[in-house]
Amino acid sequence: MNALVGKDAVRQSLASFRSEREADWKAFEALLARVEKRAPRTLSEDELLSLPLLYRSALSSLSVARATSLDNALVGYLEALCLRGYFYLYGARRSLRQRIGDFFLHDWPHAIRDLWRETVLSVVLTFVGLGAGYWLVAKDKGWFDAIIPPSLAGGRNPDASAEVLRQVLYDGADSNFLSGFAAYLFTHNVQVAILAFALGFAFAVPSVLLILMNGCLLGAMFQIYVAKGLGLELGGWLSIHGTTEMFAIALAGAAGMRIGTRIAFPGELTRMTAAADAGRVAATTMVGVTIMLLCAGLLEGIGRQVITSDLTRYAIGGGMLTLWLCYFYLFRVVRHGDR
Amino acid sequence: MATARRAAVSTIRPLITPEGVDLRIKLADAGTRAAAFLLDFVIIIVAAIVISIIALFGLAGLNGEGAQPLFIVWIILIFFLRNAYFIVFEAGRRAATPGKRMLSIRVASRSGAGLSVDQVIARNLMREIEIFLPLSIILGRSEMGLADTLSTIFGLVWALLFALFPLFNRDRMRIGDLLAGTWVVEAPKLALVEDLSQRQNARAFRFTQAQLDAYGIAELHKLEEVLRRDDYFALKAVAETIGRKIGMMIEPVDSRAFLTAYYGELRAQLERKLLLGTRKADKYQR
Repeated sequence: MNALVGKDAVRQSLASFRSEREADWKAFEALLARVEKRAPRTLSEDELLSLPLLYRSALSSLSVARATSLDNALVGYLEALCLRGYFYLYGARRSLRQRIGDFFLHDWPHAIRDLWRETVLSVVLTFVGLGAGYWLVAKDKGWFDAIIPPSLAGGRNPDASAEVLRQVLYDGADSNFLSGFAAYLFTHNVQVAILAFALGFAFAVPSVLLILMNGCLLGAMFQIYVAKGLGLELGGWLSIHGTTEMFAIALAGAAGMRIGTRIAFPGELTRMTAAADAGRVAATTMVGVTIMLLCAGLLEGIGRQVITSDLTRYAIGGGMLTLWLCYFYLFRVVRHGDR
Repeated sequence: MATARRAAVSTIRPLITPEGVDLRIKLADAGTRAAAFLLDFVIIIVAAIVISIIALFGLAGLNGEGAQPLFIVWIILIFFLRNAYFIVFEAGRRAATPGKRMLSIRVASRSGAGLSVDQVIARNLMREIEIFLPLSIILGRSEMGLADTLSTIFGLVWALLFALFPLFNRDRMRIGDLLAGTWVVEAPKLALVEDLSQRQNARAFRFTQAQLDAYGIAELHKLEEVLRRDDYFALKAVAETIGRKIGMMIEPVDSRAFLTAYYGELRAQLERKLLLGTRKADKYQR
């Protein structure tokens, strides 16, 4: 008889546990649904202050329910509710403006400085590729077609006359289609850069090859122009956007190399942590690379067709390069506080 | 039974909140994630087709004039669909794309801290080599009429290698997850349902102590599942089994009432034991 009384008492107290706290859970659920849809700004001050309180009371209900209740649905409900609350409250989100400001003032240059070794390597590899391409085509014209696919060469080949080659450099083109061309170049270049980054996962080998190939292309093109005495002019034609674009692609390659080398040689960290660390630095770099390629696309699509003076082309190209270098390596914002 | 329980345990990971409560997150299984990705893929394709159709109509309407800005808008929109769709949605408040939302899963940081934007970017840029590269290799080759068996096989092996990567690690991580330090977890939105032990019964059943000692917590939870599903034949079968075990004859029409009553009594009994410090996990435990 005693057991029966005990059972009823337990049942009674568990029922009242639920009925007393149910309103709080429901209120928390409703608040969460609102803040997940709209910005927390839409909440009143009282609601905002009650959010963490309701979260903690839900958590304590969960602890109690796990220890005393055998109602699976109730425990499941509280677990799901607390998890939602946890993700929201500890999501530590900043406003969009703050995030963008932080990215430009701190995260981006910092990530690039962090990658300096890989960047140097990547630039050196580009030049090695350039030298190799130049040397190969100088030795044997046949290499040109092998390195640069005819569709990309646009009629330029070792046998083309100086006149044709010059025309490509200074042809103002029909300015109608310029910005469309810029948009196309931008999207195309970004896909290449993402590839150079993502392929780094295979222990950096494909990234290295891609960077070398990129240099080779450039070297081969240079050779046929230099052979016709147009090297300086081609330099101007390329540098107006090329300094930005080549630098961006070198950075993307560097980001890929970072990932590949960190997975291969994690050092003191576990392979997982090392990969995750490298991935985050590389991702920040990639956003920066996208912005640089946007600049390059605009310079290439519009600037190059409109500006036909060699001097101005070199000045813009050099100016852009100086700008990037100063921004990445000299520009440092001292930050106070913990962020 | 044993294998089912082991599978359930292996996808649960501890997540200790700063308040010291373990939330026991459940990793999303590979099938759910593949389904979510397919949903997103369909959404992207449909959106791309709609944008292209609108662009084509615009082109026809404009008679070639103003084709330029239209082309730019089109190329940028397609670019964004391909690269920004996943990033924008996963960087949002719910950390899930529409496909993931439909299946109630979300992305979370493995460390338990908040998910940062660079993590979302890292995990989604890797999609380029996981999905789009093999796809474009195969498509590009078949367009040029070069789709020989060898390159198709290569593309397929590549795609499978990356697509099946989540099956080869304990935490069901894609390569992107590995590089970003993230994983995909279940984040269901459950409604609070009625407490079965508070149900009023039309007919009263009385059980002896021995009859209530026949089962443990595992069986109680199964019984709860059956009662909530409320399927006539399942109720009848379970009522017969329990009746046989505890030595009671149950009429089929009474099975629901009987099970509800037995559930209420059994739960009260087990909860009382729980309070007194004995957790009777299943019927085998004495």
